[in-house]
Amino acid sequence: MEWEVVIGLEIHVQLACKSKIFSGASTAFGAEPNTQACAVDLGLPGVLPVFNGEAAKMSIKFGLACGCEIAQRSIFARKNYFYPDLPKGYQTSQYEIPIVGKGQIEIQVDENTTKVVGITRAHMEEDAGKSLHEDFAGMTGIDLNRAGTPLLEIVSEPDMRSAKEAVAYMRKIHSLVRYLGISDGNMQEGSFRCDANVSVRPMGQKEFGTRAEIKNLNSFKFIEKAINVEVERQIDLIEAGGEVVQETRLYDSDKDETRSMRTKEEANDYRYFPCPDLLPVVISDEVVTEIQGSMPELPDEKKARFMEQFDLGSYDASLLSSSVESAGYFEKAVDASGGEGKLCANWIMGELQASLNREDMELEQSPVTPDLLGGLVKKIKDKSVTSKIAKKVFEAMWNDEGTADEIVEKYGWKPADASEIEPIIDEIIANNQAQVEQYRSGKEKVFGFFVGQVMKATKGQADPAQVNQLLKSKLAP
Amino acid sequence: MSLQADDVKNIAHLARIAIDENDIPEYAKNLSKILDFVDQLNQADTDGVEPMAHPLDMAQRLRVDEVTEVDQREKFQSISPKVEAGLFLVPKVIE
Repeated sequence: MEWEVVIGLEIHVQLACKSKIFSGASTAFGAEPNTQACAVDLGLPGVLPVFNGEAAKMSIKFGLACGCEIAQRSIFARKNYFYPDLPKGYQTSQYEIPIVGKGQIEIQVDENTTKVVGITRAHMEEDAGKSLHEDFAGMTGIDLNRAGTPLLEIVSEPDMRSAKEAVAYMRKIHSLVRYLGISDGNMQEGSFRCDANVSVRPMGQKEFGTRAEIKNLNSFKFIEKAINVEVERQIDLIEAGGEVVQETRLYDSDKDETRSMRTKEEANDYRYFPCPDLLPVVISDEVVTEIQGSMPELPDEKKARFMEQFDLGSYDASLLSSSVESAGYFEKAVDASGGEGKLCANWIMGELQASLNREDMELEQSPVTPDLLGGLVKKIKDKSVTSKIAKKVFEAMWNDEGTADEIVEKYGWKPADASEIEPIIDEIIANNQAQVEQYRSGKEKVFGFFVGQVMKATKGQADPAQVNQLLKSKLAP
Repeated sequence: MSLQADDVKNIAHLARIAIDENDIPEYAKNLSKILDFVDQLNQADTDGVEPMAHPLDMAQRLRVDEVTEVDQREKFQSISPKVEAGLFLVPKVIE
């Protein structure tokens, strides 16, 4: 039987606020345990939350970027459960009326496919602390520095049909929050993590199958793997006559499997109710307009501009605009090259990307800065280096040998000009009469032989286009 | 609406309250009374009435995003039963 996969994602984004959502304690990462947990974060008796308005503004920014409805009046609710890293016994979240409502986002699935994914809602909430289970005989250590950190939970519609689409969606949201400057998106530090709701159904069936929720996926690689193994598990189970049960599962990356964490019967009964300590958050039209006016150029707008301004293809433009870093790198390189968008794009996605992949490096770590690359592209454009030399110059720049000008100067890599090439060609023609005869009698393949000889004689420094042209005229009968 | 013994046990468990088995019928009776009262409220016609999230008809004040708290870990941990390496220690929990 053919199966259809149905995936919905809940992404938790840590908002880039300096202080916590309900207290003035710092949100900086990596501090000594519990040095950034104040009386409010600890849930001491008698404390009251004081709401951080920046969290609302950042959430609205996200909502506007996805064309979502913005709630003029949203409310906080208490989600009740007991766990030691949640000292109050409830998490302050939003339930009935979240600040951000329905919207949608377009994702690039592969080179030729885009897809629109619906956003159900996005709500503000506080993060919990951290539990450390090792190192303390029979005890658990609790660090509450993270407790109260502002989060935006973005809930998608069950619109994705493969792990690949889920990853593309997650990447798009990741790129968007970084563009908007509302989160650093640091996945190692937990600023961006995701729960995936996964189910399968026979192709063509309308009703959804029973879903399992995979918790706490914090890398693009793991989410793809986790969804794929979960889909496989569910299909195997059903085909063997079993039934999928609604449950929460954890992905174990070492064993590459998901395993049950708790079933529906054991599922938490959160007993949500409006938080009596917090008044409704009311957002005026003026504030929304003001935020709208402060929005930066977003990935989709950048992509459209790159296509228009530099005549790039949709996929190239999409890749270059996919992150703040790559878009910034590209734009700087274009500036330094004197506006050569297309050539810069080719070099970034060709030579530069290949070198980064080879060294397993990120763009930000590239020894070839956008200024250096732009300088090289400029020389390619004005033909002061050939493409072959350009590759050697790039390699030298990668090894920190300086700018394109310095490197060309240092190695004396100047393209031979016509007056130098002509005598070389004449000599080669004189020494290879047999091949000349072959060529003139119609065996055009021999042309390649002459090009090779010239390039060899000039140590690859001749401009191939110029060599072709000179050879053609001299070999003509 | 009438709560059963199992409902009472579940509610007690969710609230992490230890209750005496003998008291369950009494709790069931009293809690059911509360639900009956809510049922009575439910009979009021509230069509067209905006649900109230808070008794005060005011909006939440928005705080400026600034760090105003200083580290008081020592003070807070002086009233904690057990601490180690800056962490609060609690009975082992693993989900």
